[in-house]
Parts: sequence; structure tokens; C-alpha cells
Amino acid sequence: MTTTPMVTKDADGNVIGTQRQIRLTDTTLRDGSHPMRHRFTEDQVRRVVRALDEANVEVIEVTHGDGLGGSSFNYGFSLVDSIRLIEAAAEEAKQAKIACLLLPGLGTVQDLKAAYSAGARVIRLATHCTEADVSIEHFKAARDIGMETVGFLMLSHRLEPQKLAEQAVIMADAGCQCVYVVDSAGALILEQASDRVKAVVDAIGDRAQVGFHGHQNISMGVANSVFAQRAGARQIDCSVCALGAGAGNTPTEVIAAVFDRLGVDTGIDVFKILDVAENVVKPMIERMPVMDRGSIMQGYAGVYSSFLLHAERAAERYGVPAHELLWEAGQRGYVGGQEDMLIDIALEKAAQGAAV
Amino acid sequence: MSTKAVAAIVGPGNIGTDLMFKLLRRSESLEARYMIGVDPTSDGLARATSHGLIASHEGVDWLLAQDELPDIVFEATGARAHMANAPRYLEKGIMAIDLTPAAVGPYCVPAVNLDDNLDQMNLNMVTCGGQATVPMVAAVSRVVPVEYGEIVASLASKSAGPGTRANIDEFTETTSDAIVKVGGAKTGKAIIILNPAEPPLMMRNTVFCSIPPEVLDDKNLQDEIRQSIATMADSVKRYVPGYQLRSDPQFEAPKDIWNGMARVAVFLQVTGRGDYLPEYAGNLDIITSAAAQIAERIAQGRIIPAKSGQAK
Repeated sequence: MTTTPMVTKDADGNVIGTQRQIRLTDTTLRDGSHPMRHRFTEDQVRRVVRALDEANVEVIEVTHGDGLGGSSFNYGFSLVDSIRLIEAAAEEAKQAKIACLLLPGLGTVQDLKAAYSAGARVIRLATHCTEADVSIEHFKAARDIGMETVGFLMLSHRLEPQKLAEQAVIMADAGCQCVYVVDSAGALILEQASDRVKAVVDAIGDRAQVGFHGHQNISMGVANSVFAQRAGARQIDCSVCALGAGAGNTPTEVIAAVFDRLGVDTGIDVFKILDVAENVVKPMIERMPVMDRGSIMQGYAGVYSSFLLHAERAAERYGVPAHELLWEAGQRGYVGGQEDMLIDIALEKAAQGAAV
Repeated sequence: MSTKAVAAIVGPGNIGTDLMFKLLRRSESLEARYMIGVDPTSDGLARATSHGLIASHEGVDWLLAQDELPDIVFEATGARAHMANAPRYLEKGIMAIDLTPAAVGPYCVPAVNLDDNLDQMNLNMVTCGGQATVPMVAAVSRVVPVEYGEIVASLASKSAGPGTRANIDEFTETTSDAIVKVGGAKTGKAIIILNPAEPPLMMRNTVFCSIPPEVLDDKNLQDEIRQSIATMADSVKRYVPGYQLRSDPQFEAPKDIWNGMARVAVFLQVTGRGDYLPEYAGNLDIITSAAAQIAERIAQGRIIPAKSGQAK
């Protein structure tokens, strides 16, 4: 079928974001870094980028799972520095743009500039959903050097649609060209996703596009993405073989097939993306994301998906069940980046256990 | 009647106001006399007036035109303002304690390096996270080499003011730098997290230091590190009563995901004294308490003796 281009222009009349109905941003090499324990090799990155580029994926995100500067004791060190991986990705991509993630408070404007120099052309700036104002300086710096900007409102399920929209406006005002409703915990269910997307679309109008990032923890990633598209989202995140934190992300090969059947143009070649999944990505996965007690608990309790492996490690060391640590992390309202608190909870529970 | 050092606070925001209450309530050697701002409608200036300070919204120009100049000025504005003001304070012989990230003078973390800095005319307070965590890095690096020190500071959203939010990179960069320069690690990294949970969470800090792998097999060396951490925590506690270790330091063997490093992890909580913001704002408390501690020592050691000498 043919589709008319849908153009979003900023106040100065510049075209922003995608002109397709839906742009899929593949985050296999970023969110997928979590289950890969941040151990992607340069060769793996080159092979995945080449394959995704070939399948006509428009944007490919490449970074440590926790973004630029994420390599650390708290989150795990990168086997290969993110900047080196971005360089390799940019060398391989013919049509795709290379994106990278940055969490203000962890990565800095200096990291952003280094990523741009390495070839990244889209910066995705992520804050907890109530803290958008910490990203203002980073949006300005990114726009100054001409990077396309995306804003991530993480753990969006913790905020009501109207409140979330207010935070989206802060990002749009700072120069964000697409605000994402990010379901970091994979906790949103159908209308809970689309109501948030709609509130953000209504609040920012034509000034920026709206995106949705889903997780599969309670199996909602694909359905939520369809709901998001129907509510006006233009950019959708996905990962090949669902490779991502928790039970993984919306699988690229599934959402491409679903949108194709719904007549929504993503530009992606379904047969090719199925090949990418089967022949390129699947063989390199050391731990296939799966809905199990831990990851389902994350969706149910509303816990940041990348806590999963950290909870499992703390569970093993301190002899406390991982899903109980995750439940407790949800009860206490910990946010993305507070992986250290899982050890703290485990120590507390282990001490209680010893005292009994 | 004993002589006191005259103090001025420049910047009547959360930090300046909390500092004012600390000086009014507990200082033996400092008289909080001036509160300086730039906005006539500032709540902080009104609050200072109601507590007996002389408040002015006419900025540092006004302060430096007074007949009686302060002996010590606390700069609680922003980095740019302090860069401009620092030479002016120095010219007038006023000791400056800088609570901004300007870092005109050396970093001072009282429990670690105040004794080495008592003759300085400008000291920088690093960051709230730095005041909480650098002592722990120093405690470990005094016993074994720390190739890499990393800290994670978690703050209640309500306790992070507009200055912190607009310049969050300054927090990570300044703190990382102090982990090396004051903490004694070879390289440093700092992470700041804002958490909006209600009721607000206490300030939490986690300190990870790389350690030589042989520490894992050496109980004596582990005890020495434990002892050094406990002693350091006591030193900080003397000026920040709400400073506490959450658990024993955790020693962990090398892992591939840590690029083969072994580590010790220290978990801290800082409960504020509630002088201005409630007790969840331990981040505010730790930096203002450290600043007040430095001023107290310098007033007693240097300023008051000089003043008393003049008075005779």
C-alpha cells in the first residue's frame, strides 16, 4: 500500500523525526546490552548493524545498557567502550542513523560530544519520569551540535498521563524532538500506555513527535506499541529477539510483521528482519530474555527492568530470592540507576533472616 | 566577652538558609551577621532578617561596601558568581568557603584534609555527594591502593534545588575529581540519582573501591580496611551526626563484568538534622555542616586570635 509522508516540522520549519507512519528504533545493541552483561564485541556490533541496516531499520541504538558513561561497578563494565562501538556501528551503517543513550547524572555533555564525534547522530536523553528538568542542558548541547534529540521519560507507569505530559513539555521546550513514553518496568497495560501517549501528543502538539518504548515483562510490549501508534506515537522502540532488560523489549521482527499486517508503514523488510533474528542475533545471545518469576515480578511490581540480573547476583550472594528483592525494590519506589539498592535490600533481608 | 568571627552568607537559597540556622544554633566562634541576595522578594532574605541578620538584596557590592567587613564569607550562589566574587573577597582579606562547584580554591572534606588546609583563603566544598563519599574512598586508599573509586549518590527529588538540576554535570565532574584529588583513588566516577518517592527517601550513598585481589585472602588487611572505614565514619559523624554506615563493608572477588577488578562496597545513609529542610535532605546537611565545621576551625585557629590581638 502507499502512504503519504507525515511531516512534523519544528517552529523554524525544519523537518524533524521521521516522515514514515512509524519509525522503528532498534535497541538490540543498547537495551540488549543488559542481558549481554555489557559484553558486546566490536565484531558483534558490526554484524548486527550491517544486518539491520540492510533490513531498512532507520535508527540503530548502540551504547552500554545504562547509556554513555554507564560502564561502572554499579551497572557492570563494558567489554568494549561505548564510543568505540559507536564508531564501528557508524562505519557499517549505510542508511541507518546511529543513536545512543545518555542518562544525565551518569553521562555528561562531554560524553555526548564524544559520541557525536564517533558518528552518533541521534541522542536519547533519559530521566526518571518526574525529573525532566535535569536534561535541559544536555538537550541544548545536543541541538547546538546538530544532533537529533529524543527524550526518555523512564518508568512512565509511575506518573498519571497529565503529569507525564507536563514533564514532556519540559523536554520539548528544551529542544527535544521526540518525547518517549518509556515503560521501563514493562508495567503498562494497553490503555495505560495509549492514554499516556495521547496525553503527551495533546500537550506537545506538532512541536515534537512522540514515541513508545516497551518491555515484555508481562507480555504487553507488542500490544502496547500498537496502542501507542493508534494514540499518535510515531517512533517505536524494539529489539531483535526481544534482546533487552527484564523479559526483553518489543521484538523488532514481531512488531515489523504486526505493523505490516495492520498496513502501518515502517519501511522494514519483514523477511529480512526475520533473517536477522534467526541468523545474526539469536546465535550471539547468551541469555535469551524470558518471562519468568523475576521478570514477571518486575512488570507486576513496576520495577526498572535492568534490575533483574543485579537482583539475581545479590540473591545468589546473600541467599535471598531475587523476586523478593525485586518486589521490595518496587515497594520502596527505587528508580532507574539505583542498582546498588538491591544489595542493600539483600543485606537487610539476610540480616533479618540471621536474626530469626 | 569573647570575640567572634563575623560571617556573611551569600546566596539565600536552601543551602544558605540551612547554613544560617546551623551557625545561629550551634556555632561557638561565628556570628552570622549578613545574608546577601539579589532579589528583594527573596524568602531567604526575609527569613534571615527575622532571625536577626542584616539582609541585603544588593549583592556582593553592598557587602564589600560595609564598614565592618565579614571575616568569613560562605558562597552559596553558583559557580559563575563565585568565580567573579572570589578575587574580590581575597582583595579584602576575607576567607571564602565556596559551596558552589567553582573550585577556585582546593577541595576540602573536613574529615580527610582540613588539617592540611587551615591556612587557605579559599576552600571549595566539592558537592554534597562528595562530602558524603570521599571520606570512604580516602579510608580505603589509606590502607590499599585504589585504582578506581566510584560513588552513587541517591537524593530525594525534593532536596535537589534548581541549581543542582540545571548543572547536574558539575556534580558528576566535581565529585569524580575529588574522588581522585582528596580520596586518593587513581581514577574516579560519580553518579547522581534523583528519586521522587513519597515520603521522601533519606540520602543514600554507595561507595565502590577497587582493591587488590589479594585482599580477598587476607583477613588482616580486610580488618584494617574495616577499621579505617569505621574510624573515618566516626570522624565525619562528629560534624554530621546523621552520618551512618548501613552495613559492614562488602568485599567481593574479581569478576569479568568488573573487568577483572575486586571491590569493596560501602553503604551509607545521611539523615539530615532538619535545621531547614526536613531530615530526608541529608545532602543539604552534609555540605552545610562541613562548611560550618571548616569555618569554626579557621575562626578559632586564625581569625579570632588575630582579632583579639588587634583589640588589645
